Amino acid sequence: MLTKRIIPCLDIKNGRTVKGVNFVDLKDAGDPIVLAKKYAQLGADELVFLDISATLEGRSTWLQTVLEIAKEINIPFTVGGGVRSVADVNMLLQSGADKVAINSAAIKNPELISLLAKKFGKQCIVIAIDAKPINGIWKVHLAGGTKATDLDLFDWAKTVENLGAGEILFTSMAHDGTKKGFANKALAALSETVNIPIIASGGAGSVADFITVFKSGKADAALAASVFHFNTIQINQLKQMLHQHEIPVRL
Amino acid sequence: MDVVIIDYGVGNVKSIEFALNRLGVQALLTQDADTIKAAKRVILPGVGEASSAMKNLETCELHRVIPNLKQPVLGICLGMQLMCNYTDEGQTKGLKLFNTDVKQFPNSLKVPQMGWNTINNLKTNLFKGIKPNEYMYLVHSYYAPICSETIAQTTYGFPYASALQKNNFYGVQFHPERSGHAGEQILKNFLELPEANCKP
Repeated sequence: MLTKRIIPCLDIKNGRTVKGVNFVDLKDAGDPIVLAKKYAQLGADELVFLDISATLEGRSTWLQTVLEIAKEINIPFTVGGGVRSVADVNMLLQSGADKVAINSAAIKNPELISLLAKKFGKQCIVIAIDAKPINGIWKVHLAGGTKATDLDLFDWAKTVENLGAGEILFTSMAHDGTKKGFANKALAALSETVNIPIIASGGAGSVADFITVFKSGKADAALAASVFHFNTIQINQLKQMLHQHEIPVRL
Repeated sequence: MDVVIIDYGVGNVKSIEFALNRLGVQALLTQDADTIKAAKRVILPGVGEASSAMKNLETCELHRVIPNLKQPVLGICLGMQLMCNYTDEGQTKGLKLFNTDVKQFPNSLKVPQMGWNTINNLKTNLFKGIKPNEYMYLVHSYYAPICSETIAQTTYGFPYASALQKNNFYGVQFHPERSGHAGEQILKNFLELPEANCKP
């Protein structure tokens, strides 16, 4: 049986893992390579590595850090941040990334998704979507959550699926860093809207939040950062608890 | 060079190279036919789209080289699918090493299948020391149906072939290079396959 995935996310700025609340107020959370190895050993199903300053500062992701992590770990590995072109994706895959997450560049140029899916296969194209409700409607944001767009979350999700996205990484900006649970209603609606896997992100605070995101939010995977970085939740214990609640996980 | 990874411009060849390094093995990335023919072990990787990947193999003339190899050959993911007769993806003719046609998962399932699933009904020394229902990492939209050459099965909606073998040719749908210690064991087993299993 296909299992639900637990995915620690390493937000990287200036070579360090950082974590903020609602996308701002960043705190240092350690060396990304040390954390990546630790998470792989504890049973993480996948890692996501986001160079969160890349789009804003207009520079490419640190290929060297990607390479160092890829050498060390034996679980799949998604890289995002500032990915804009076929050449960017090619370089990341050549540096050992298994999948690439694209956010702003896909909004600015949706055709990029089909181009990448055709060249590299849809399975390695993860479309990251940052959204929050504005007047009750979930609106997509770009450039690390700093700019609102007119795009509706569900319309955009359907569009990226049709263009060839292999997976959606949905971050609720309203929940991110709050530790009050995931955006389960929006997640469940998203799962009804598209037929590709959904990674839930934003709001993990307790083991119960993970149980709910799989049961009510219908997520295929759950991503979190600070609860793992600051040892609030241990991945191996979390997966044991999920197993006890009859959620299929790799133990 | 003992181990070569065929470099034909697709996907994450580096992660296979790094997994072999972790086993203490240096592999060479190459598309040179003579180097490939002379290697003790050959890996055909692949993450990408079937028709363009097959075109790349043809451009390097490797579609003629690979079927004549006598040493153990391991196709991974798309590499395995290209070793079959045909794949629905891009209506692509394959290398015809495995006698089966690759099909698309139905829309009643989430496609692609992405994540960790179990392998069972394990056959051959490729799976030596691997316990039944071990988890492997899979990410794919197309699958090989169960056939006589099936050496491992996985269930996603229904059972399908997650590994195939004929003579010296092996193919795995999952990514051993990204499937933890068990995946590394499978790569190690491939490197240690006895010569008796390798004769065509």
